[in-house]
Amino acid sequence: MFSTLIQVIAGGLLLGAVYALFSSGLTLIWGMMNVINFAHGDFVMLGMYVAFVVWSVMGGGPAAAVPIAALALASLGVVCYFVLIRHIMRGPMLAQILGTFGLALLLRYSAFWYFGTSFRTLPETLVGGTLLIGPIRVESSRLLAGVVALIVTACLHLILTRTALGSRMLAVAEDATAAELMGIRPDRMQAIAWALAAAATGVAGALIANFFYVAPSVGETLAIVAFVTVSLGGFGSVPGALAAGLLIGIIESVSAYAIGAIYKDIVVYALFVLALWLRPVGLMGKA
Amino acid sequence: MMKRTAWPIFGIILLGYPLIFSTPFQQRLGALVLLSAIGASAWNIVGGYAGLISVGHAVFFGCGAYGALASYKYLGLPPIGGLPIGVVVSIGIAAIVGVPTLRLSGHYFSMATIAVAELVRLVVSNIDWLGGAQGLSGPPVPRTPLDLSFISALPYYYLFLGVLTIVLAVTRQMERGRIGYYLRAIHDSERAARSLGAPVSRYKLYAYMMSAALTAVAGALYAVMFGFVDPESGLGILISVKMVMMAALGGAGLLLGPLMGAVILVPLEELSNSLLGGIAPGVTFMVYGAIIVVIARLQPAGLLRPILGALRERSDKVVRRPC
Repeated sequence: MFSTLIQVIAGGLLLGAVYALFSSGLTLIWGMMNVINFAHGDFVMLGMYVAFVVWSVMGGGPAAAVPIAALALASLGVVCYFVLIRHIMRGPMLAQILGTFGLALLLRYSAFWYFGTSFRTLPETLVGGTLLIGPIRVESSRLLAGVVALIVTACLHLILTRTALGSRMLAVAEDATAAELMGIRPDRMQAIAWALAAAATGVAGALIANFFYVAPSVGETLAIVAFVTVSLGGFGSVPGALAAGLLIGIIESVSAYAIGAIYKDIVVYALFVLALWLRPVGLMGKA
Repeated sequence: MMKRTAWPIFGIILLGYPLIFSTPFQQRLGALVLLSAIGASAWNIVGGYAGLISVGHAVFFGCGAYGALASYKYLGLPPIGGLPIGVVVSIGIAAIVGVPTLRLSGHYFSMATIAVAELVRLVVSNIDWLGGAQGLSGPPVPRTPLDLSFISALPYYYLFLGVLTIVLAVTRQMERGRIGYYLRAIHDSERAARSLGAPVSRYKLYAYMMSAALTAVAGALYAVMFGFVDPESGLGILISVKMVMMAALGGAGLLLGPLMGAVILVPLEELSNSLLGGIAPGVTFMVYGAIIVVIARLQPAGLLRPILGALRERSDKVVRRPC
């Protein structure tokens, strides 16, 4: 009983780390530019397809897929920033919803058109087997995903808080005009933020693809998870996204174990609404 | 906002459309445009005027749709007879959900509404007497005329036009009344409105409940026309997002903005579906998405606002003729 519970919690933590990774991308652009990105889940979906293509074309595993997905998605992020986001970010919030949801449809149905609707999976042998760590059994694909996700999220946090680039980005987030007067180019910083955020989703997608089905519609589910994670953690806070991601991962797997898999999302959403009610700016958000 | 002479012309166009464009496809298209416009106009009250961007209005739409079909299934009523039930439940849910969520600001409110809508969708999918994942159906053959089950879309068109007129009249009345001023003040600056003594929380809740009630009407009409609802078609996130997109595309916070958005988006979806759906599935929504992106990029405040601006400028010129 006790060891099963530990098992369940470990599984939840690993899943939560991946949630944290793709949510940290969302929280970054949200906090920096105050832009809601409804296409975020579809970025993750594209990252998953990159992993699928890397495998089906050249038989590569995550070691190849993760960097390629990061690069591909980062480029896509920069393109999206210059073509669309730059022009709608100063507009009303509705324009952002309209623009990014249009983008989501465009990406989702491009994948649908190119890859078809069928669910695809990567072969389990790619990252094979299960590992025994003490009393806990974990699939190595999930372990890999969780660990890499934690490292990348930590790097993202360090970039934001410990480097000159991060300070410039935060300066732009704080006051773009003042930053420009200090010789920082807001456009460039925001494009970099989009590149980083999209790269994070690419990495997350490439990792998730090893243990999750790949389909054009998968982005919708993931987007809602990311929204919940980010608002629970507080917009703009990477540590918040990490804490919230891990928390949601644990709650999901414990409630799936305790009351049944179909109720796990119900529990997560209910607790989320309750949490926002008690603390309207998220766990680590600034008022 | 519109000159007095424009209204009758506008009315005649709407009344005459299905008689001129009289193929079944065109009439059905017209009915769908009006149905979507009802939902989007209902959303506009809280999302457009008060600026509270709810992305969870599917809950209220679902209340209407499920109310209509559940009252057919359990009470033997014609589906439209379940409309009041749906509306009452919807207002109740709006009150329960509104009290905690309306305190949230900006994006947090939007996210909370998404979460509530998903919560309701998942719960309903697991309730057997609401049909679970399979959903509910209406009467397979019309028993009485009151079942409002027609083969032609023409009766639906005029039914929806009538309801849309009522919804717009209510909105117009609200726009001019005390609540309209409060809502716009809240939209501009909630803090300023509050500091000037406007009962902000109360009026936000009123607007939310009113919007919820009218959205439930749209849901009930949907159920009457299609005779079917399941968690995805009644409570899915796409329902909520479409309401937001139509209002945003036309011009949120304008009386006719949602209608304009519906006039553009619904035919775009239906036409590209019938033109491209057979050849290349998926391309439909690629085009749809791309067009939305272009509009958001070029006209972030909606399409109706620049048109109104141009009209106003012209009439200003006429008035300010030098004497």
